[in-house]
Amino acid sequence: MKLTVWTYEGPPHVGAMRVATGMKGLHYVLHAPQGDTYADLLFTMIERRNHRPPVTYTTFQARDLGSDTADLFEVACRDAVERFNPEAIIVGASCTAELIQDDPGGIAERMGLDLPVVALELPSYQRKENFGVSETFLQLVRHLARPMERTARVSCNILGPTGLGFRHRDDVEELTGLLHEIGVDVNVIAPMGSSPTDLTRLGAAHFNVMLYPEAAEDACRWMERNLEQPYTRTVPIGVGATRDFIAEVGRLAGIANPRTDESRLRLPWWSASVDSTYLTGKRVFIFGDATHAIAAARIARDEMGFEVVGLGCYNREFARPIRAVAREMGLEALVTDDYLEVERAIEEASPEMILGTQMERHIGKRLGIPCAVISAPVHVQDFPARYSPQGGWEGANVIFDTWIHPLVMGLEEHLLAMFREDFEFHDEAGPSHHGGHAPRPMAPMEPANASHAPAAGEAAEPAATPTAAPAGGEVIWLADAEKELRKIPFFVRGKARRNTEKFAAEKGLSAISIETLYEAKAHYAR
Amino acid sequence: MKAQPDSTGCREAPVLKERGQREVFCGLTGIIWLHRKMQDAFFLVVGSRTCAHLLQSAAGVMIFAEPRFGTAVLEEKDLAGLADANEELDREVARLLARRPDIRQLFLVGSCPSEVIKLDLSRAAERLTEIHAPHVRVLNYSGSGIETTFTQGEDACLAAMVPHLPHSDERQLMVAGALPDVVEDQMLKLLADLGVGPVRVLPARRVDGDLSVGPNTVVAVAQPFLGDTLEALERRGARHLPAPFPFGEQGTTAWLAAIAREFGVPEAHFEAVTAAPRARARKAVASASENLRGKTIFFFPDSQLEVPLARFMTTECGMRPLEIGSPFIHKGLVGPDLDMIPAGPIISEGQDVDLQLERCRAQRPDLTVCGLGLANPLEAEGLTTKWAIELVFTPVHFYEQAGDLAGLFSRPVRRKGLLRMEAAE
Repeated sequence: MKLTVWTYEGPPHVGAMRVATGMKGLHYVLHAPQGDTYADLLFTMIERRNHRPPVTYTTFQARDLGSDTADLFEVACRDAVERFNPEAIIVGASCTAELIQDDPGGIAERMGLDLPVVALELPSYQRKENFGVSETFLQLVRHLARPMERTARVSCNILGPTGLGFRHRDDVEELTGLLHEIGVDVNVIAPMGSSPTDLTRLGAAHFNVMLYPEAAEDACRWMERNLEQPYTRTVPIGVGATRDFIAEVGRLAGIANPRTDESRLRLPWWSASVDSTYLTGKRVFIFGDATHAIAAARIARDEMGFEVVGLGCYNREFARPIRAVAREMGLEALVTDDYLEVERAIEEASPEMILGTQMERHIGKRLGIPCAVISAPVHVQDFPARYSPQGGWEGANVIFDTWIHPLVMGLEEHLLAMFREDFEFHDEAGPSHHGGHAPRPMAPMEPANASHAPAAGEAAEPAATPTAAPAGGEVIWLADAEKELRKIPFFVRGKARRNTEKFAAEKGLSAISIETLYEAKAHYAR
Repeated sequence: MKAQPDSTGCREAPVLKERGQREVFCGLTGIIWLHRKMQDAFFLVVGSRTCAHLLQSAAGVMIFAEPRFGTAVLEEKDLAGLADANEELDREVARLLARRPDIRQLFLVGSCPSEVIKLDLSRAAERLTEIHAPHVRVLNYSGSGIETTFTQGEDACLAAMVPHLPHSDERQLMVAGALPDVVEDQMLKLLADLGVGPVRVLPARRVDGDLSVGPNTVVAVAQPFLGDTLEALERRGARHLPAPFPFGEQGTTAWLAAIAREFGVPEAHFEAVTAAPRARARKAVASASENLRGKTIFFFPDSQLEVPLARFMTTECGMRPLEIGSPFIHKGLVGPDLDMIPAGPIISEGQDVDLQLERCRAQRPDLTVCGLGLANPLEAEGLTTKWAIELVFTPVHFYEQAGDLAGLFSRPVRRKGLLRMEAAE
């Protein structure tokens, strides 16, 4: 038993729903109690879908238990096939139905339905949403895809996009254009947008593009073995990764010197131009699904000039690759799905910016650290009306804009430093391009310690302790030094405090004076 | 202001009972508002990842940084042996209470999986109360989808508290039902102005409130989904005051009038206290409901508020209900509202969502009240919808919210009229 406040991933049957909802002509008959239908709103509200997800729930109740839940499933299954007339169905159980062991797969297979029936085994008490996506897609591919003659022109499948995916809609469009420029046709895009019939044509492609390993790696491996289709390993998010991806596609497609139109790629110049100097060495903490976190780490370090001070993912299945990337950056990867642990790690690292999920956005809000969202779990804001991919050239542009938006911009940073007690440019005002509030008056005294375990549990108000008590408990801040620290702009104050305390501890000092503060500043100057 | 049974009302209308796919939340959802209402309570769901995901999704992704609810997620090893599951539960509770000393009452909330594996949470609650008394009181109820629908979770929670209330012989009014604080304060002021007292509210905001119950307690129910709570209170000797629910001017007046009669408030005094807010409410409803009059409305089952709201939409906003669907129709509670709705609409209980969608599409109502899973798909089919959950999460009771309540229904209709995307010519 594990106490969970917020979860990064839903249960595995939600993963299966993401596959079914992304596809056309597929129906999911789910043995589940009343209440599990909440999952529909993920798609209709968060993703703003204009159709109900193609899911029939048996919605059994307590009075059905032990008598006729299996019959209930059979009736629901028959009704769904009759009503929705799908090309194929997937059948399975949610967590509760798994316990009553009605074997929906067996029932559906014995019903003699005149269409492919794919039974899903998704262990709800061991696995999570991404596993559900991956396993469902793998089973569909196994049931439907067959070796066949390749297309005359070189072609590939794009694998991995699903319903409720983080920017999947636009990544697919960006990638399709990129492949077209290289001279590679797209055979099938799956699961999103494809039908079970389309899946039977997967074998016609010359190779596969694995867009999101979380969703498609298992299927790609199976197709490599059974359909002799190699697949791409590089996820084309970021400038360097997209270039690697293009080279990889060239190798798989037998195209020497593959080229694409880079005229619309702006990140490199935007990053090189002098206005971006202020981004240099910004300390960022990265957390998300492994694919997006790994891509973000490379962009942050190599394309934005940030310093990566934390890197992690919530999907344990990908612990190995993310640990490798973290090691290469001199870090230890944080692999956990415990939100509070992530919060502790961020607090500890006190970065200047978080690149995370919607959950980290909340952590950032509480700790006063700007945050840009790079990964699922998704929120209604992650489905913008405008074209907004993460992958390919336009994805790189979008990422540049998205990441600098939460920050205080270059010149404003200087203004804050110069006029730190100005009525407009002061700590509490926040970045000036974020509207919605008038500059707040300055707080009379800055809270001494960023203690973020609110007593009542809800208010994000840090306790205002007038005297400073450093975390270690040994070094104390003298009043003058504390006052001087307050003059340092808020977005670097955490770092200054931490560095000074570390410096003082190393020097064996018991108190921090103004002198110590500036000694430390000189010591850590870069 | 008497709610006389009306021979043309809907109380005796045949109820269409359906069993099939139900597009509704389970009772766990109530935790979202209960944990805000009871400020020293923590709700620990003993369930699965699905339960945690539901709470998170229904709450609109994390509007509370560290909320006073959480899920003890059952893992494979908990399913293997119940003894271990109990041990695990004790450990998680101890850890939680150590971290959150502000918690005075802990609710162990049963879920579908915990019910199916027959994890006995009432015994666990007794055991944990012994361990953590006197600082923390541990209670349990089920919010599972196999037993409860949406607002029934609040019913189960309040009903679980009733046996633990101190006994009192005092002549008192108890108002049952969690209301937003602002609404509760308005209500208490109205009752005080009427000279009714003492008034107790279930649930109290804190565990050490002055809540008690006994044979001289009369109960006014503020939410129509509290059937089990009412029964539990009646078992403690309390007496129910049936009345229409306090939505809109008429509903609020009828609800207050039932209390005023019970407590012998002179008619003139009742008029004096309610005249001004009644006039305000009438005026607000009149203007907010302008674009609703003469239009049709269809209710999908959701929160059990459907019957009282249909009453409000009919008698105060001039709409014509085509179907009033509710997860359960408890005539002992919503009977007075049913009396006021002219015969005509289909009254349905339970759900077979595909059949109900067919009825809805066939009738093309001007406004459809439904859950979040159905709203956008129906909008895409050209229907105008009001998502029902907002009616539960927004202050809508009593006089001062009457206009807001009508506004919740009229906004989607108004919006549809406002949007123009065609070329100018």
